[in-house]
Amino acid sequence: MTELLHPALLLVAAAAAVPLLPSRAGRALSVAAPLAALAVCLSAPHGSWAGMDFFGLRLSPWRADALSSIFGAVFSLMGVLGAVYSLHEKRSFQRSVGLVYLGGALGITLAGDLLTLFVFWELSALAAAALVFAGGRPGSGAAGMRYLMVHMFGGVLLLSGILLRAAGTGSLEFTSMTAELSSPASWLILGGFLLNAAVPPLGAWLPDAYPRASVTGAVLMTAYTTKSAVYALIRGFPGAEILVWLGALMAVYGVVYAVLENDARRLLAYHIISQVGYMVCGVGIGTQLALNGAAAHASAHIIYKALLFMGAGAVLHTTGKTRLSDMGGLWRGMPVTMGLYMIGAMSISAFPLFSGFVSKSMVVSAAGESLLSGPYLLLTLASAGTFLHTGLKLPYYMFFWRDSGTRGHEPPRNMLAAMGLAALACVLIGLFPGALYARLPFPCSYEPYTAAHVVSAVGMLSFTALGFFMFLRHLDPVPSMSLDTDWPYRSGASAFMRFLHGPLGRFADLLRGAVLEKLPAGLSMASENPRAFLRITALEARLYFSTPENEAVLQERLDAALEAYPGEVYRYRPVGSTVMWIILFLLGYLALYYLAG
Amino acid sequence: MTDFLAALREHIPALLVIVPLLAAVIIPFSPAPLRRRGAAVSLLANAAALALASALAWEVFRLGRVSYRFGGWAPPWGIEYAVDPLAAVMLLLVAFVAFAASVYSGAAASGEITAEKLPYYQSASLLFVSGLSGMVITGDIFNLYVFIEIASLAGYALVASGRRRDALVAGFNYLILGTIAATFILLGIGYLYMASGTLNIADLRERLPHIYHTKTVLTAFAFLIVGFSIKTALFPLHIWLPDAYTYAPSPVSALMAATGTKVGIYAMIRVIFTVFKPEFNASVVPMKAILIVLSSAAIIYGAAMAIAQKDIKRMLAYSSVSQIGYIILGAAVASQHSLTGSLLHMINHALMKACLFMCAGLMLMSTGAEKVADLRGAGRRMPLTMAAFTAAALSMTGIPPTLGFVSKWHIGLGAVEAGYWAVVPVILGGSLLTGIYFWRVIEPAYFGAPPQSGHKNAEGGAPRWALAPALALAALGTLLGLAAHTPAVGAARAAAELLGR
Repeated sequence: MTELLHPALLLVAAAAAVPLLPSRAGRALSVAAPLAALAVCLSAPHGSWAGMDFFGLRLSPWRADALSSIFGAVFSLMGVLGAVYSLHEKRSFQRSVGLVYLGGALGITLAGDLLTLFVFWELSALAAAALVFAGGRPGSGAAGMRYLMVHMFGGVLLLSGILLRAAGTGSLEFTSMTAELSSPASWLILGGFLLNAAVPPLGAWLPDAYPRASVTGAVLMTAYTTKSAVYALIRGFPGAEILVWLGALMAVYGVVYAVLENDARRLLAYHIISQVGYMVCGVGIGTQLALNGAAAHASAHIIYKALLFMGAGAVLHTTGKTRLSDMGGLWRGMPVTMGLYMIGAMSISAFPLFSGFVSKSMVVSAAGESLLSGPYLLLTLASAGTFLHTGLKLPYYMFFWRDSGTRGHEPPRNMLAAMGLAALACVLIGLFPGALYARLPFPCSYEPYTAAHVVSAVGMLSFTALGFFMFLRHLDPVPSMSLDTDWPYRSGASAFMRFLHGPLGRFADLLRGAVLEKLPAGLSMASENPRAFLRITALEARLYFSTPENEAVLQERLDAALEAYPGEVYRYRPVGSTVMWIILFLLGYLALYYLAG
Repeated sequence: MTDFLAALREHIPALLVIVPLLAAVIIPFSPAPLRRRGAAVSLLANAAALALASALAWEVFRLGRVSYRFGGWAPPWGIEYAVDPLAAVMLLLVAFVAFAASVYSGAAASGEITAEKLPYYQSASLLFVSGLSGMVITGDIFNLYVFIEIASLAGYALVASGRRRDALVAGFNYLILGTIAATFILLGIGYLYMASGTLNIADLRERLPHIYHTKTVLTAFAFLIVGFSIKTALFPLHIWLPDAYTYAPSPVSALMAATGTKVGIYAMIRVIFTVFKPEFNASVVPMKAILIVLSSAAIIYGAAMAIAQKDIKRMLAYSSVSQIGYIILGAAVASQHSLTGSLLHMINHALMKACLFMCAGLMLMSTGAEKVADLRGAGRRMPLTMAAFTAAALSMTGIPPTLGFVSKWHIGLGAVEAGYWAVVPVILGGSLLTGIYFWRVIEPAYFGAPPQSGHKNAEGGAPRWALAPALALAALGTLLGLAAHTPAVGAARAAAELLGR
């Protein structure tokens, strides 16, 4: 019976119950269910249960060890915070989908085999897409569609890899595949993981979808999809060298875009990419310190990033604004929100005494210890950029700067409570890192508060701040985001930005148009009258290659054909020709069988 | 009493065919008061058939293969009814879907079929079910042909019973092609009899290996394969199917799409694996390669055409072409896993397609929606119908943890096992396309704004008893997906038996 306590099952059951219960009970359950999952994750002994047989392939949907329980616990904690944050929400749909999403994420962390992993992988993709669809912002529907298609494609990659692996090795066990990185199966699986981890160039879906999700949905999305992919990478590909460089580049890539971005939530979304870069890099380094660092940074990141998204969401909720150039002077109306946001900002910028410091420095130190000077420099550079935009730029323009006239007021109490809890967690982790370190997958003797670490961190942070305020007056009154401190990557970045908004954006639109509009339209035109359709296509092709002499004639014929389309529909004609086809088939079969027999 | 029960138990296999057959004869020839209650008679007969099929399945699973001698004549001279676990499951499936469809049509048929045609419609659908049960249960290949003809003739009449004139044309086209198919099957059987001198399937299996290479047997096999390819609507001989399913009334589409083609495929699998031995297909004739290519083309072509459709029922019909491709692909690859997947997909498709066609009928009855574009905001206007539709669509797409996922997984695994790597992208790509064509319905239904007049719940427009079977089928399909282990183990055993392992 203990199998029924599987956290994912608990949450899916709760999700089914929430819309059926009266409003108050539903709200209570939406907080209680993640709490119960948290209790199960923390208290369940390590081991594997609920194993079953899938045609000679062993499935173990519930495997608990140190790695899965730390991720499970943080995911559940995040579920509690997210549920509190959305208590004011009237629609039970979002509450319910949020629980399913958490269930999917927990299912991934507890999956002891690849097939179970895939099942929950898809479940969480569906839930996340529903949160984007429920966003109700301009473009939410289209973004949700793109999100779904990208993740279905990722699912296909993952499933093909799993199929090939199952057929090749006869086992579905989810263990390290780093040694088999030469096989196509492993590459396909890695591709599926990297897509969810938003590694560029597979990561364009993230800044596309998150800003368009609902205020409460975005908070959950920041936590689960990318971080469960990080978990899968730690489990499946520790020490895969390619990840070192991918991660380091990703850290810088995210920062560049965040600096150039004007939409508050989009800025924070780019920043997720940057932070996940640290984790991916840590997985690639693969030493015990690096893997510990990746896990610790994922845990700390989930909480402070959620705090930041909650802050931006609170501003959006009370003012309806999300573009930085429309804001300013909000501290007067919402000082508490600002204070809590700043705790998140200091955590992400790795101020000493805040959670980011004790986790991020592990990864950077691991890069240094492994003598990877390139990634080390890139990660440090990204650190400076992080402080610049999340710690300085965003709060400055949002809460101070000029008085934009928008006052705003504090958000509902439940939102503040969730932010307060998250902020408390950030400070506690920063002050007492031992509690986090004790739960890491490998024994950990890392000491974050050495004189060297603290001095270098404070030095870097203060110089970044100095630079920001020195050049501040050049920025007024239009936030053109052309800070001098970003000159090393500004030119390259703007070119890339143009690429992203230009060709890449057009490509995404083209793809969507092609799959959902052009393809059905073309097919349905063809199916109305295949013969005429073929004739028109042939005429168009001939016109394309025509000589000046016959161009006019062809154009005339094409116009006439288009005019007459679809004309006489051939729907009832195929019977005669089908009989001919049948005879041809029979003759073909006979010939083949005679030859072979 | 106990004597009567014992006699009843002994004759279950025969009764399974005879009960619907008798009811089919009774309805149109009875006095007017009873004729008007044809729906009740048909419901009763189908309920009885379902009970008989359950009892038979219970017996087969407990005691193993059941063999019944018709009229007491011993095989190979007499006609034998042979029921192994696979046949028992198929009989149960046919009886269950037929029962669900008769509940549905009792409430829904009057909307789509004129009153004077109703008794004939009920009679024809009972004949159809009787024919299908016979096709599954018989152990005699000529008897198989007879039942194919019974089911097919009833099928032509059923398709033509729709109100629109198009239904007549669709029924006529189906009649022409179906008759050619039946004739081919008969010719094939004739050649087999000519070469072997027997019509009993078990007997044929023993005698044929000695004469596999003779021209007569090869010709027989070619006729049989082409005949069954038409009957099962395997691309490119599927031409009759889209029109037939689109213009037939929705209870007919639900019944035929769920059971008609499935039993056709079952008979085809029996011919390939039981009448002939698996070695015949593996080494004597190049059947594998051809069927794999055709079924792969069916998967992609059917899904692409489904994306193109504006009409909901036509989309579902093309979806059938694609899903039939999956089932035949699994059977053609003929490895242990792929055949397991193929059998599972047969069950999945039967339950889910019946549910989907019922939902299409419900949409028509409650809001008049026939086109995909009419479904904007349908999630709010008919929440239960759309919930059933979505559950079935998820299973058709193969999103875990549905039965569709388990079946496609097995087909894919089997293809890799047998070395047909190129088929894997077709299987997964087909799933992606399936997702797209169902999403085209689901997205506007849940996230699109309803038309001005349509904010109210319109589900009351459809009879309640028409909604119940759709919901029950969706629930059963979902449950089977969650507890996929039991059906999957059963299918694996049946596949092993078919492959002679």
